[in-house]
Amino acid sequence: MMTRAALLVLADGRFPAGGHAHSGGAEAAVKAGRITDAASLEEFCRGRLHTAGLVAGALAAAAALGADPGELDAAADARTPSPALRTAARRLGRQLLRAARATWPSLELDAVAREFPKGAHQPVVLGLAARAAGLGPEDAAHCAVYESVSGPATATVRLLSLDPFHATAALARLAPELDRVADRAVAAARRARAEGVDALPAASGPLLEVGAEWHAAWPVRLFAS
Amino acid sequence: MHLDHTHPGPAALSADARRPDGTRRALRVGLGGPVGSGKTATVAALCRALRDELSLAVVTNDIYTREDAEFLLREAVLPPERISAVETGACPHTAIRDDISANLEAVEDLEDAVGPLDLILVESGGDNLTATFSKGLVDAQIFVIDVAGGDDIPRKGGPGVTTADLLVVNKTDLAPYVGSDLTRMSADAKAQRAELPVVFQSLRGGAGVADVAAWVRGQLAAWTA
Repeated sequence: MMTRAALLVLADGRFPAGGHAHSGGAEAAVKAGRITDAASLEEFCRGRLHTAGLVAGALAAAAALGADPGELDAAADARTPSPALRTAARRLGRQLLRAARATWPSLELDAVAREFPKGAHQPVVLGLAARAAGLGPEDAAHCAVYESVSGPATATVRLLSLDPFHATAALARLAPELDRVADRAVAAARRARAEGVDALPAASGPLLEVGAEWHAAWPVRLFAS
Repeated sequence: MHLDHTHPGPAALSADARRPDGTRRALRVGLGGPVGSGKTATVAALCRALRDELSLAVVTNDIYTREDAEFLLREAVLPPERISAVETGACPHTAIRDDISANLEAVEDLEDAVGPLDLILVESGGDNLTATFSKGLVDAQIFVIDVAGGDDIPRKGGPGVTTADLLVVNKTDLAPYVGSDLTRMSADAKAQRAELPVVFQSLRGGAGVADVAAWVRGQLAAWTA
């Protein structure tokens, strides 16, 4: 039973899955001087969208299509060079799984909780949550690619006291690109059904990975990643 | 012992009274209150008062550092493996009320690692007078204010002051120096809280520490009854 409103529930920034404590790399980019205002925030988000966002969207779409969660989790590991990012992705996956199991109880989600007691990669869980909510791969991919830019935008509002209207307008300007990336992600996920997980995209932003390792070593920081 | 739990189920969702293996989980007590009111010092005093009779652990929620966890470690109130720090991404009240997943993981991981536990204290990062803990995270909560923060705080009320299961008015030894009227604070607290208990505490003089510990013992007796 699919409803459009279920997508709004899952995509809501207030969905209690732990995302509020993470900046999606924005805290490191702010400190390094790469994000200083709304324009540079938009460029940062664009870069994240086409790398980490595309990969997350494809993983989520593949999970929503019913691909094996274990294989997808291994594929996510292989596409995440930074150990700090792998840890953060699993932590967020575990938190999302808890929220999803409470929100859309399903035997499939219970099975994943048993298989991954310390969490699977967040985009994989996101796709499974979409599936449990009766949503399709397009919905899962849209959620994942939107999260890849909404997290940094919210965090930057806090980090730089940026005008929240400017940050939100930057997200709105990215919307057509978000749609295109989500479409590419779904197409890759469908290909992966026939060709295996190697058909999933493997784009990555080296500065996101390097920045995550740098950030994880800070003694004082506002965000967990 | 619940016989329908002979096979471990998937991880718990929120405040379920029993752990996946069927055993009763530890009592969870939250400590909240404004910045600098003495939450961490109260946690330390509670640990010293109770650690010889109970198996206990602490989760701290710092806003942007691990200072609270490090204070407890430095004071050596508990072995390090019994203290866990949660990062809250600039929003301490979110992590204890609106999106409790990271804190739930911290309490569950502590029970897995050093359990069985009788009691877990969850300390909030310093926040405002509206910060309260979700019932999905803790079983009872203590709100800690201090006389130096202004003797009108009990009169002003707010969810922390009016609804916490125990209100602790800390630093009573400072009252003469900051011009706070303890009689008035006591009358105002009584008016806001009706039958809910209030303890006036001075960690320097030792007054009230035994009362707070006795209240925790009472909560634990009710929990295990």
